[in-house]
Amino acid sequence: MRFAVLQFPGSNCDQDAVAAVRSFPGASADLVWHKTNSLAGFDAVIVPGGFSYGDYLRCGAIAQFSPILAAVKEFAAQGGPVLGICNGFQILCESGLLPGALVRNRDLHFLCEHIHLRVETTATPFTKNARPGQVLRIPIAHGEGNYVCDDATLAELENNGQIAFRYTDATGATTEAANPNGSRAHIAGIRNAAGNVLGLMPHPERACDALLGSTDGRVLFESILSS
Amino acid sequence: MPDPAITPEVIAKHGITPEEYARIQQILGRDPNFTELGVFSVMWSEHCSYKNSKLELKKFPTTGPRVLVKAGEENAGVIDIGDGWAIAFKMESHNHPSAVEPFQGAATGVGGIIRDIFTMGARPVFSLNSLRFGPITDDSAEARTNRRLFAGVVAGISHYGNCIGIPTIGGEVYFDESYAGNPLVNVLNLGILRHDQIARGGAVGIGNPVFYVGAETGRDGLAGAAFASRELTEESKEDRPAVQVGDPFREKLLLEACLELLASGCVAGIQDMGAAGLTCSTCETASRGGTGVEIELDLVPKREDGMTPYEILLSESQERMLVIVKKGQEQTVRDIFEKWDLPYALVGEVKDDGMMRVRHGGQTVVEIPARQLADEAPLYAREAAEKTADFADFAEELSKILSAPSASSAVQKSLVALLADPSIASKRWVWRQYDHMVRLGAAVLPGSDAAVFHVREADKFLAASADCNAIYCRQDPREGARIAVAECCRNLACSGATPLALTDNLNFGNPHKPENFLQLREAVEGMAEACRVFDTPVTGGNVSLYNESPVAAIDPTPTVAVVGLIADPAHITTSAFKQAGDVIILLGDLVENTPAQGMGASHYLKVLHGRKAGSPPALDYDRELALHNALRALIAAGLVRSAHDCSEGGLAVAVAESCLAATPALGASISHLPSSSSGTTSPLVTLFNESQSRVVISVRPENLDATLFQLQQLGVPATRLGEVTSGDTLEISAGPETYRWPLADLHRAWADTIGTLMEG
Repeated sequence: MRFAVLQFPGSNCDQDAVAAVRSFPGASADLVWHKTNSLAGFDAVIVPGGFSYGDYLRCGAIAQFSPILAAVKEFAAQGGPVLGICNGFQILCESGLLPGALVRNRDLHFLCEHIHLRVETTATPFTKNARPGQVLRIPIAHGEGNYVCDDATLAELENNGQIAFRYTDATGATTEAANPNGSRAHIAGIRNAAGNVLGLMPHPERACDALLGSTDGRVLFESILSS
Repeated sequence: MPDPAITPEVIAKHGITPEEYARIQQILGRDPNFTELGVFSVMWSEHCSYKNSKLELKKFPTTGPRVLVKAGEENAGVIDIGDGWAIAFKMESHNHPSAVEPFQGAATGVGGIIRDIFTMGARPVFSLNSLRFGPITDDSAEARTNRRLFAGVVAGISHYGNCIGIPTIGGEVYFDESYAGNPLVNVLNLGILRHDQIARGGAVGIGNPVFYVGAETGRDGLAGAAFASRELTEESKEDRPAVQVGDPFREKLLLEACLELLASGCVAGIQDMGAAGLTCSTCETASRGGTGVEIELDLVPKREDGMTPYEILLSESQERMLVIVKKGQEQTVRDIFEKWDLPYALVGEVKDDGMMRVRHGGQTVVEIPARQLADEAPLYAREAAEKTADFADFAEELSKILSAPSASSAVQKSLVALLADPSIASKRWVWRQYDHMVRLGAAVLPGSDAAVFHVREADKFLAASADCNAIYCRQDPREGARIAVAECCRNLACSGATPLALTDNLNFGNPHKPENFLQLREAVEGMAEACRVFDTPVTGGNVSLYNESPVAAIDPTPTVAVVGLIADPAHITTSAFKQAGDVIILLGDLVENTPAQGMGASHYLKVLHGRKAGSPPALDYDRELALHNALRALIAAGLVRSAHDCSEGGLAVAVAESCLAATPALGASISHLPSSSSGTTSPLVTLFNESQSRVVISVRPENLDATLFQLQQLGVPATRLGEVTSGDTLEISAGPETYRWPLADLHRAWADTIGTLMEG
């Protein structure tokens, strides 16, 4: 399976995503420059983390105008799997591929640490190998990961099973203390209605190597590779 | 507007002495114009020329079998790590800018050191920092200011490092009244490269084109190097224009573009524009190349109109580089910088006449022999005061403290107070704001003795630690500097690493004051000696003098950072206890055999008695080396579950930290503390002395005998202290008393103090 890892000016988790993908047998990954306008030949797309265009406007707000985003929209429309991680999630929201937005963390600080999240749906190509309710220990690293949306959107997300991950404590309980950034309804990640586009703030690519303290992120990659 | 006339006042305002001015006249064979005067003032500032410290710095060992590029030769030293791979690393300060504008001051400090590293052709892989502020604990206006500086500096480092995607993996933070008004911000960056990728900063090849690449030049950071070479005063706030504004996004692009450019093979020489900006990069590349460089200021990309040559040359706008390109390959530069949407301009040419020549508006505005400007600044051997250290009164003071009727009950509250002291307390509030996990290398997270990073490109495991106990240095700069090196190497040994090389940041007061210069000289000599003993050549670093607030000079702070190599990932060891039932062993002596009993200059005295007094603990090189070698041998034999060095706060703090670092926290029962032979040692001494060359390890019970046997063979004293427990207390029997602390109390003191102070 061939992954495209998008590279915007200011992407900084692009190499990490490539390294993580390549650690799986049968997976290859290539960096795709943002000025490219085709994703032909790729089986999956990762929009990696970082600070695209410095995030000087709203995070991800400029990246949506890159030529590659048109190709991503077409790829997604045809059912291709798209995974947005951190800044990639922000870009997917800004470009309308996912609903809602991400704003400054509740306490205004950038936060980098391992947190827990609970798998809320296995109906995505990225979570189908996980157990429903499975608790994953995966790092976050963001200053603007506070998910917001209006009531109607939240209801829609809930009703369609589009909430993919919620922040929880180690036992899988959603508590205020376990919500690192103040996200609405403890949302850590969501999918689109069709299920093939998924965005999340935590970094599964940082949890693929036991040496780095967790391998809980592997299930996302194993899922997509087995689909 | 015509340039101001060169009057004695104008000369003095540029920090140039009458003697130095005479030398300038001699070099030029005429009077300098105003622009040239500015050029000399920044190049001959302490920050650029090290004119007050260079004679001392020559005492450092800088060579060794692993040294590929020596300190001072280029922007950073380069060290061989095997298999054709090398690392470039260096530490730099941004103290003065951070004092007046903490966020941007710290941010641009990070940006500056990162440029120094990729200028060498290395890909930056991690950063470390050493930060010092005034006290943050009370409600005074001063403490509020210190908290603001602390918060601003951490946010600035976080902003720049996180955005550029280079993990900040560790460091140290101290709080002491001597830094009030003059915080220290020392930042280290390390990069990885192949031996054949080492880039040089020389303007070689007569006729080669000179490119300016990166951000446009603005009026920010005007003469920052000169600003950094003065004492801070009440008026320093007005120097805020001397602080640059950082753009990590631009630097990320510049980093990628420059590495791509270097890989293309078109580069003859490359130099970042840091302190003294375009001036420094032009004359230094010419001097290194043994050539001249001529540039045309009209071609320099500028942020605003109407800038004078003086402003353009002295601007310290960030994220800029000077690149000397092999003639005929100019198009490669254009292609790469257009790809990355970065400004670039062909601004000049390498000449054969040894001159730094600058043209503007059709006229030559600067014409100075490059070598004399860059490398022949006057050097000064400043006057050092006589050594006067006299700790005769200390024994009396110490005995009063120890014999106070409350001494025994003081143990209970002292440990809590030490763990809650912001210098000792957990720095999680700080490092969770740094992205320390990007680049998938953080094998040991911040908070352990040393940070350990897996450099994926090279499949190498590096350990790094930054240290300096400035109380020791205040009381005895020579011993303090020796201990800083020893402690840093000890931290590496605790992590399973062998030290490779060292970088330093010498933070001192105004060198014109003999007592300050004595401190500098003593510290340099102590550090140089220790570097030889531990076989850690100095790869470069930084000297920051004039660290004085309106009140007084800072405590001498010769910060060192050592980088080491871990041969096998299985050897990576952390400070956290691992499992209940493991046996806790102290390597080294319980108390040093001196009148001060390791209590001089201790954190116990500072935190509990508000005193910085007495002679620091004594360092014995043979014992220290034996300890490091034994640790590495035990770790390689798979015997060590955890290792943590005894530093600030002594044995009790070390054991408590190993308990609290475990997730979830583990308890400990220390029941085997021998009473001293004389039977008179106070429990305060036993628990809180800071005698050197000591490490607390834990081993599986079945490995206890093998461990003790090996230690005996290796000549390292060892004491079985007790066991790791699953309980919720730390229990220590010392003398007739047994002290018990609920872990929850210790955790609150240690884990929550800084966050509570900062978030309110």
